This record gives sequence, C-alpha cells and structure tokens, in this order.
Amino acid sequence: MRTFLLAACSALALAGHAAAADLTIYTYEGFTADWGAGPAVEKAFEAECGCDLEFVAVTDGVALLNRVRLEGKATGADIVLGLDTNLMADARATGLFAPHGISLENVDVPGGWSDDTFVPFDYGHFAVIYDSETVKTPPTSLKQLMEGGNGPKIAIEDPRTSTPGLGLVLWVKKVYGDKAPEAWAKFSDRVLTVTPGWSEAYGLFTSGEAPMVLSYLTSPAYHIVAEGTDRYKAAAFEEGHYMQIEIAARTVKGKDNPLAAKFLAFMTGPGFQDIIPETNWMLPAGKTDKPLNEAFSKLVQPSQSLIFTPQEVSDHRKAWVDEWLAAMSR
Amino acid sequence: MTMTGATGGLPGRAALALLGLIVGGAFAGLALSAWRQGGDVAGAFDTYLWNAARFTLWQAALSTLLSVVPALLLARALFLNPRLPGRGLVIGLFALPLAIPSIVAAMATLALYGRAGLLAPWLGPLAGGSWPGVFGLSGILLAHVFFNLPLATRLFLEALDAIPPDRWRLAAQLGMPAPSRFRLIEWPALGAALPGAAGLVFMLCATSFAIVLTLGGGPGASTLEVAIYQALRFDFDPARAAALTLTQLALTGLLVAGLMRIGAPLTGEANLTLSRQSWRPAPSPFERRLAMVVVLAGTAFVAGPILAIAVAGLRADLARLAMEPDLHRALATSLVIALASALLALALTLALLRLRLDRERSRRVPRPGWLEWLAGNGSALILLVPPVLVGAGWFILAVEAGQVRHTNLFGPVLVVTVNAAMAMPFVMRLLRPAHDAAAERHDRLAANLGMSVWTRLRLVDLPALKRPLVAGFAFAMALSLGDLGVIALFGSDDFETLPWLLLARMGSYRTADAAGLALILALLCLLLMMAAGRAGRQQA
Repeated sequence: MRTFLLAACSALALAGHAAAADLTIYTYEGFTADWGAGPAVEKAFEAECGCDLEFVAVTDGVALLNRVRLEGKATGADIVLGLDTNLMADARATGLFAPHGISLENVDVPGGWSDDTFVPFDYGHFAVIYDSETVKTPPTSLKQLMEGGNGPKIAIEDPRTSTPGLGLVLWVKKVYGDKAPEAWAKFSDRVLTVTPGWSEAYGLFTSGEAPMVLSYLTSPAYHIVAEGTDRYKAAAFEEGHYMQIEIAARTVKGKDNPLAAKFLAFMTGPGFQDIIPETNWMLPAGKTDKPLNEAFSKLVQPSQSLIFTPQEVSDHRKAWVDEWLAAMSR
Repeated sequence: MTMTGATGGLPGRAALALLGLIVGGAFAGLALSAWRQGGDVAGAFDTYLWNAARFTLWQAALSTLLSVVPALLLARALFLNPRLPGRGLVIGLFALPLAIPSIVAAMATLALYGRAGLLAPWLGPLAGGSWPGVFGLSGILLAHVFFNLPLATRLFLEALDAIPPDRWRLAAQLGMPAPSRFRLIEWPALGAALPGAAGLVFMLCATSFAIVLTLGGGPGASTLEVAIYQALRFDFDPARAAALTLTQLALTGLLVAGLMRIGAPLTGEANLTLSRQSWRPAPSPFERRLAMVVVLAGTAFVAGPILAIAVAGLRADLARLAMEPDLHRALATSLVIALASALLALALTLALLRLRLDRERSRRVPRPGWLEWLAGNGSALILLVPPVLVGAGWFILAVEAGQVRHTNLFGPVLVVTVNAAMAMPFVMRLLRPAHDAAAERHDRLAANLGMSVWTRLRLVDLPALKRPLVAGFAFAMALSLGDLGVIALFGSDDFETLPWLLLARMGSYRTADAAGLALILALLCLLLMMAAGRAGRQQA
C-alpha cells in the first residue's frame, strides 16, 4: 500500500515537472495571454539570447508577490515581472530580490527612476472603463462613482491579489482619507463582482456582463486599434487618476543566472518597449524605436497624477485593505 | 491465543494514528501561526470575520428553509400518489445531485441561470431588460437548494414510508378527512424527521466551499471557509486564517453536537430503501392534480441544471478540449489520486473495523472502551474538520517548512490522505455489516488454522467482502474525483486535478471550456456512483 502510494506520487511529481527552462519569469495572467505581451516578448528575447524563456503566470500582481513570498528562497523564478511601486517596499523587505546591476539610462517614467533593485517596464493610470452604448452618463468624478448609488454596476479586482484592485483602494484613500470606509460602504452595492485578477474583470466587461470595469486610461486604445471601435471609453475623474508604475526585478536565485540581468537590460530597450503599448496596452517606460500608435493621442489625459510613496503604502496596506474587506463584506 | 492477537490490533491503531496525525498536524500548523503572531490572531477577530460568520449562518438558514419546506410538499406528493406517471424516474433523478461534485453544480447553476445561461433569454424580459445573472447570494441559494431539496425529499419520503400501513387503513375506516389525516398520521412522521433533515442540510450548507467560492463573487458573499482559503491563497495572512478557522471549528462543533443530540444523520447519503407497501390512502382528484404540479415543479428544478450542464457541455469544443495536454495531465492526476485515496480509505476502514470488533469481543464490561469507540466512530469525527481547515493547517506548516514548491510530494500526499479520510465515514457504513458478519463466520476457523493477518485477508475477508469493497471503492473514488478542498490550497500549474482545472477555467470566465470539463467530471463521478450503487444493492 505504502509503496504503491509512493510510486503513484512520484509518478505524479514527475509528470508535473516539465523540463526546466534557461530563464523562468513569474508574471501575471494578462501578460501571458495569447493577445498579451508575453508571446512576443518571449520570441524577441529568445532570438536575441538563443535561450529558452518560460513564463509562469499567476492571477495578478499582488498574488505574484504572495507566491514568491510563499516559495521563499526555493522559488523557481529568476525574474518577477508585474509588481508595481505600491508593492515595492514590501517586496524589498522580503529579502528575496537582488540588485539589478544594469544601467538605467533607457528608463523613462514620470518623476524619474533611480532604484537599485527594481526596474520599471511600463506605466499607466487606473480608470473606470465604460461601455458607451449601455452607460449614457458615466461618472465624472471618483465621488460620483463611489456615491452614485444605483448607477450601472462595475466589476472590480480584489486588492489582496490584484494591483488594479489595490490601486483603487489607494485612489480612494488619496481622495477620501479617513472617510474611506464610509465611501466603500456606499460603493459596495454598485459592485457586480470582485475578481481575483484584472484579466477576469476585463473579460466580464468585454463579454458584456459588466457595463463598467476598473482598468486603465489606456485600455480604450485596445478597442480602437484591435477592434476599430471607440465604443469603450475611459471616464475622466475630476480628482485625478492614481498612477501605476509596473516593475520587474531579479530574485536572489536569478542573481546567479546571467540571463536574468540580460533580460532586465533588454526590458528597458526597444526590443521590449515597442511591444508593450499594443499588447499590454500601457505606456512604455523605456526606449522605443516606434512612435506610439495615434490611438493613444485620442485618450483621456489625467488632470492630475495621484500616487503614494512605496513606504507609505507598505506602512498602511494591510490596514487599508482591511477597511475595504470590512466594508465590502457587509 | 486470543483472537485479538498483537498483529490484529496494529493496523487499526496505525489507522487511528494516521487520522490523528492528519487532524493533529493541521492543528499544530494553526497553533504555530497563532503562537508566532499571537496579537495578530486576536486582532483578526474583526468586522470582516463577523461579517463572514454572519453570512455563513444566514445563507445556510435560507438554503435550509428553501430546501426543506418544498421537500415536505414534494415527499408528500410522491408518497400519496404511487401511480403518478414517471414517479420512479423522479425518485431516481433525486438521487443524481448527490453523485455530482459541488463545483459541477456551481457550473450547472451558471449554465442555467447565469447571465449567459440557457434561461437568460426568458428571464431577461422578466427582469425588465437584460438578465443580471446570479452572482452572490442568489446563485449560492440556487445551487444549495439543487443539492439539498432532493436530499431532504428522500429523507421525508423514507419517514412517510415508515408509517405502519394499518394507520392508513384505520384512518380510511374512520373516514378521516384529509386535514385530520395529515395532522394525526402524516405530520407526526414528517415532524419527527424534520429536525434531522433540516440539521443535516444546514450543516452541509454552512460548510459548503466550492459553491460559495465560485458563485460568491466577492467579500459580500463569502463564508468562513472561503475566507480561510482567501486568507491563505490571496494574502498569506496566517493570523487571519487561524482566527477564521477557530470560528469555523466552534461553529461546526456546535452544529455537530446539536445534530448528534437530535439524532440527525451526519452525512448526506440517502440510501433510500423504498418499501413496496401495498396500501395507501386514495388522494382526491384535487390532491392528485396538486401533486402533479408540485412534482413537475420539483422535477424541473432538479433536472434543469443537470440538463443545462449536458447542453452547455456538449456545445463546448469537446474535440479540442479532449486534445489539451492540460486536460490529460489533470485527468491522470485526478485518477491516480482518486485510486490511491480509495485504496487508502478501504485499507484504513478495514483496519479500524477489525480493531473495533476485536476490542468488542475482548471486553467484559457492557460499555465499549475508548479504543473500541474511536475505532467505530473516529472516522465520523473527521467531519467536524472540513477539508479546507485541514488543508489550511498543513498549508501553514508547509510554508513554515519551506515546502511550497511545485515539484514536491507534500501536496499530492496530503490530498490523497485527506480525501481518503473524508470518504471513510461512508465506506465504514458500507463495509461494517458485511465485515462483522463475515468475521462471525470465519474467525474461529481462521484462528484454528493459524492464518496470518495477510493470508486471512487474501483468502477469507476479501472474497467475502467483495461487493461492499467494490461499492466502497467506487464511492470513495467518486468523492475524491470531485473534491475541491485541499487541492484548492495546494493546487498549482504543476499539480492540478480536474476540479482544480475546472475552477481555473471558471475563474478566467472560459465558460465553454468549463462547461465541457464539468460534463466530463460529472459523467466520471456518475459512472462510479452507479457502480457503487449497483454493487451495494446486489450485496443487500
């Protein structure tokens, strides 16, 4: 019996263990989707390095940090791609990330960049995207969204797993401060569903199940370029939009893999950055060779960029997410 | 030599030790996390926890009400109209939901009532525009009632069947009108079965995991078990997981104690033994028409989701799905795990049965000793600790030991063991009568021949117990195949079972794929359950 069990389980473990790639990158699902940046990036980098690159995807950015934290020093990742500045201090505190050791001369994000461990790969502003055929009067401010009562429903992401979900928590905190719990309480009836990651929420939106979704100001560009329609629009908010800078870093395991630093350097250059706008639908954070598609010039511009410092988020993230949980579970 | 023999007791004690280890290890994990972050655990008894606890009880109460009240009407309608066309089919249909994994039922609910479900085109105009779907409480209730309405109906039907026929005859001779007949004859039987049936349904709904996880749609409709899962998988917040687990344990403890007090069945397995009794009161034409309507409505409610999953499953691109390596891997993993856990469940149960019988025979006092009691009832106690709780405790231990990596054995071994443990109360009930009877017949001879335990098992026990063993094996395999408990915590891209793959596809709203997978999983479980039912019947 016991021998059988052991044999069965070893067979299982073997079946599950695919051949190891030369470079393993953990990222979020939206990045590796067929239409996402992953496939093109993989092809471009593999052509340059003559190596085998493997993406392993989890649902979204916060889940990504949790996964690496759970795996600890035994992690399979050489690189973690898809955290953001809101998670940066927490990620650094794990001690699982190693200095990048590359030149940051190509990096170009609002406010500049000088971190020695984390490297930005794109940025954008969170926004509510709505279907202009079903939503005739979209909210024009965060206040209207939160307190609009019986307005059209919205799909949002869970801040415990998703960076847009966390982004909304921070956005509301920026605007409401100590009054955030009351705002969440008013908002909760308006939430159609809370998904673990961005791709699930956006899937609900594009399939017509949710008339509004929490995504990015740049998301409408996808519908303009890929589908030739301007039906899906971003709602411009008076208070401004919370900004997200997405980052990657090599792990302590990846420090021993020369391909990891090579990939980070590649990430800041045109080979990677030219792919980002029309696959990940975010703004490039490095050197590009191609101009941005003109669709991007038609997009809503944020009246103001809102952002907390990584340390502020790290100090309060648990308390603020708990506020959200308490209000949303009512 | 006594018939107990040193070797006879050892496997049984080892089996008990293993069960103890599973539960003990889980508690050790939780205690460890509580000890490491004591203050945080106390702090985790917050608004969110109370909201989750309140929702757990609220949805369970509503599910119970919505299952039990219609079940009373249905059972009565079925009982009083033995010649109702298709009655046998309806009763057979009502056994189906028990064979269907809960994640499949969740998928079936979406396939029928969801925003893009089969009924959406008709429901839309009723809702004034487009159908909003069934996220949250409504979806959870629909799926729970789908499971528990048939279960409660069968329990009540059994209670009505147990009424001695001469009472009906007497009522007829006295010319008793229907209302008094209901009050004096039917209600005492139904009322006696009511607390047990309601208690069981409440317990099943309060500990339901897969349905709430997939249909809940956010913190607003999250039960304690789902909150535990999220605290570990989403946040890795062991302090919160520990606080939630303690609350859930207190809750299930109270429920199980309450159920035992009112003598309710602890497991949702209605082995209906319908007596073919000859005499029943003749219903009035009005009653007969009413019964038709009630039975039709009940049948539609139960058959609807089953048909929906068949239709949606067949609409899926099954040919492509069948070629997917993901499916092959998940199927192979599921089958190996189900096979291993079914074998383990049988082995552990046989060892416990032997131990119990030996202790019973060797005692000279009328009351069973603690070891005999544990061997007989220990496996049922495992129901106190839902799989997600066991998984949670071990998950924390695994993280502490740095073992959460995809290529180790920790996850598979735990899933196999916990699935086996969860099947044991059922397997125990299937095996015990045949085992004890066979022991009665053969023990003396085997002892006289000086057979070793293994020879005896091979030559005597296995042949004598063939049918109940097959039934128990198929049943345990079906339970394991459909399980989404421990795997929800330990699953990953490298360790996925069919229910896990189904959860992933549902999670990413690849609904067509999910429906196809659900159909495959449902068919597998149904086949096994039918095999179990057949073997079980032939034995009787």
